[in-house]
Amino acid sequence: MTSKTRIPIKLQINGHRHELEVEPRVTLLDALRDHLGLTGTKKGCDQGQCGACTVHIDGQRVLACLTLAAQAEGRAIRSIEGLADGDGTLHAVQAAFLEQDAFQCGYCTPGQIMSAVACIREGHAGSDDEIREYMAGNLCRCGAYPHIVAAVRQAALEIASSTETAS
Amino acid sequence: MRDFSYLRADSIDAARQAAALPGAMLLAGGTTLIDLAKCGVTEPETVVDITHLKGLDGITVDDRGATIGSLARMSSVADHADVKSRFPAVSEALWQAASAQLRNMATIGGNLMQRTRCPYFRDPANFPACNKRTPGSGCSAIGGVTRGHAVLGTSEACIATYPGDLATALVAFDAIVHLGDRQVAVDDFFLLPGATPDKEHAIAPGEMITAISILASAAARRSTYLKVRDRQSYEFAAASAAVGIEFEADGRTIRDLRVALGGVGTKPWRARAVEEALKGKLLEPDTVRRASQLAIEGAVDHGANHYKIELAPRVVARAILKMGETA
Ligand SMILES: Cc1cc2nc3c(=O)[nH]c(=O)nc-3n(C[C@H](O)[C@H](O)[C@H](O)COP(=O)(O)OP(=O)(O)OC[C@H]3O[C@@H](n4cnc5c(N)ncnc54)[C@H](O)[C@@H]3O)c2cc1C
Ligand code: SF4
Ligand code: FES
Ligand code: FES
Repeated sequence: MTSKTRIPIKLQINGHRHELEVEPRVTLLDALRDHLGLTGTKKGCDQGQCGACTVHIDGQRVLACLTLAAQAEGRAIRSIEGLADGDGTLHAVQAAFLEQDAFQCGYCTPGQIMSAVACIREGHAGSDDEIREYMAGNLCRCGAYPHIVAAVRQAALEIASSTETAS
Repeated sequence: MRDFSYLRADSIDAARQAAALPGAMLLAGGTTLIDLAKCGVTEPETVVDITHLKGLDGITVDDRGATIGSLARMSSVADHADVKSRFPAVSEALWQAASAQLRNMATIGGNLMQRTRCPYFRDPANFPACNKRTPGSGCSAIGGVTRGHAVLGTSEACIATYPGDLATALVAFDAIVHLGDRQVAVDDFFLLPGATPDKEHAIAPGEMITAISILASAAARRSTYLKVRDRQSYEFAAASAAVGIEFEADGRTIRDLRVALGGVGTKPWRARAVEEALKGKLLEPDTVRRASQLAIEGAVDHGANHYKIELAPRVVARAILKMGETA
């Protein structure tokens, strides 16, 4: 096994700057969890198939397990830890997941929530069918899907009405 | 995953030069490369990150056609208003592929270069024999579980399916792959396995896909991508068809037709025999169904994938008839 030297990288995560030294092969997922102690982002398959590791890079939902940490340098990264307001007020999607009981074991939930926030922002939460299609990248082994769809639907409506009153 | 050096390219030339060195590989969205590195299938010495390059993610669509930069993300192309209206099959092939997260990461250049999902290819620890991975080592799939394997374009060396959706739509509309100044028709860009299944693309070390382009046509404007799979979403095609159609002024006689198949061939599969059989004919269900059988001319199954030979012509016929309904 060739061992390559560690490289210094700077990451912008939830508005904070972090400097770390990692092997080039370290994924953003391992950097978050093992190097920075941000364990809210989950490792399910580590293979791009389950969506448990979903985070936002420059506002887009992506999979942290197939993104190299080094690749994310210079980008704005947001993980589940950065979703609630500074005062602890939950994001509308987080609140809707609680209200709709949209989880059982909870392991897929951070990924579901990060994916749902982006799904709504992309305008892909217009109907239950559309929510199912555009949330298909997030698997739930507990099968909480009907409640997840209900939570996304509720949050999408709330976000739509709050932006209407705001504007 | 074996470790590698990381190099961030700051220009196309630098990327090409770095990628020409032994053991170096371009890194775009990473959804194929990092996945396969974790499986132990690819073991790059150096990854050359091209995602920080500027100016390669443009999408321009006008009356002449579309040009899409190689770093454009699958999601941006799928959602592009002019791609949707002038090349619906391209948009549909993209949004029905992978998941929203993967489409935000994956680039058009990387997408064309994606590797087969053959489970034996992806598992070197348990299946050392794979001619695509290790030329001359044999093929673990032949005589194994072949449900997902190809029925068209196979060889004695390899029966792996080309899994991509986008390329299927691109071969239907004669897209061009731009490797800097060199241009290759997309149909020629993908190679048949023959005796050398390790050689998949007409691209040399040090070359890089910079863009793809597609000429505008009436058939491309009235087109669709129909994907049939084991589950409704987030799955590779069991069989798929990209179809584009242009009618004569009577609205019923077929003037131009484009048909390509996905999920059944070792490369994206243009079905010219179906096109020729139907040009000049009236679009009628029986005629269409009969002609669609020509899509699987020469097909060979390996047991469990026999259903693809039945399925593919039905998918083609359904897609053509669907386009007729909107006439
Ligand atoms: C779980 C899962 C499900 C999927 N489902 C589907 C599906 O249903 N349909 C489908 O079509 N695809 C599917 N895919 C495949 C996905 O579309 C590809 O992995 C993706 O398009 C590859 O693009 P990338 O930018 O991530 O490429 P990378 O992984 O970065 O690169 C792939 C290869 O291309 C080379 N490369 C990258 N850019 C260039 C360039 N500009 N010029 C030359 N070489 C280059 C790299 O060196 C590498 O060898 C799926 C993938 C996963 C992980
Ligand atoms: S079908 Fe091709 S890719 Fe799969 S094991 Fe055989 S040689 Fe390898
Ligand atoms: S852990 Fe990243 S997709 Fe499963
Ligand atoms: S709640 Fe258990 S995996 Fe989704």
